[in-house]
Amino acid sequence: MEWIFEPWPWYVAGPLIALIMFLLIFVGKQFGMSSNLRTFCTMCGADKKADFFKFDWKAQRWNLVVVVGAALGGFIGSHYLSNDIAVAINPETISTLQDLGFSSAGNAYLPDELFSLEALTSVKSLGLLLLGGLLIGFGARYAGGCTSGHAISGLSNLQLPSLIAVIGFFVGGLFMVHVLFPLIF
Amino acid sequence: MKRTLSYLFIGILFGIVMYKSEAASWFRIYEMFQFQSFHMYGIIGSALVLGVAGIQLIKRNNIKSFFGEPIRFVPKERGFTRYMVGGTIFGLGWALAGSCPGPIYTLIGAGYVSIIVVLIGAVVGTFIYGLLKDKLPH
Repeated sequence: MEWIFEPWPWYVAGPLIALIMFLLIFVGKQFGMSSNLRTFCTMCGADKKADFFKFDWKAQRWNLVVVVGAALGGFIGSHYLSNDIAVAINPETISTLQDLGFSSAGNAYLPDELFSLEALTSVKSLGLLLLGGLLIGFGARYAGGCTSGHAISGLSNLQLPSLIAVIGFFVGGLFMVHVLFPLIF
Repeated sequence: MKRTLSYLFIGILFGIVMYKSEAASWFRIYEMFQFQSFHMYGIIGSALVLGVAGIQLIKRNNIKSFFGEPIRFVPKERGFTRYMVGGTIFGLGWALAGSCPGPIYTLIGAGYVSIIVVLIGAVVGTFIYGLLKDKLPH
């Protein structure tokens, strides 16, 4: 059972993600996490500002329960199922990141330079996290889904729009990492 | 109540898998976009092989849900612009914040307070999309 405390390999994680999608399908729902962001907007009264938010958010409560579960799962995974927080990425990736100024690469789960509590006091890292969030929220709704809705659910159902969206995810991600990161960091 | 507990169980499983597979790690997303590891591609690829096969089985055999209801798959609306442009914008954020909308909650649960800033940004981004929706090409 010692393996459970080690990072789980792709051939364990991938099939489990497929299982999660099928469990949701078999309880009559679908796998899509970004739609919760729209639900939050409506719960905060955004339906008074734009028609896009006029929908019966209570019909989406099931997905909010999934959100609570996802957070509990993160707590369980990090507190009870892990010995070490270091993510053993490729040594080449580590040296590229160290050249960019990410000295925590290879020793942490998230980079201290962006996510530590000290980083929150820096306007730059706070601004970058906020900007990242804005792009995620705006882009996911514009594209009608995120990694779970398009890359997993949509592609599994052989949807061409999902393939276009996933190509977009990679165009954006590659541009950020290869062109913008050297300018930002 | 039974249904609510089943959603909670599925969510917990999802959170554990996201954390333990390190798909919720900023570093793994960066490494994926550098093409320096098979890990993330293996996760998505193996999920897809099983996903495609399973959905075909459900469709061809008219398999019913756990509650005996027919399973319906809603096709995505046709289009190009919204998927390409929206997808690219999402990708920029995915690589910068190193997290997609699911793992955000997993990381909050794991105790990373700063990720709440990303969540706030994502909610505001969704709100801005709702305000601009009718003016954007789809």
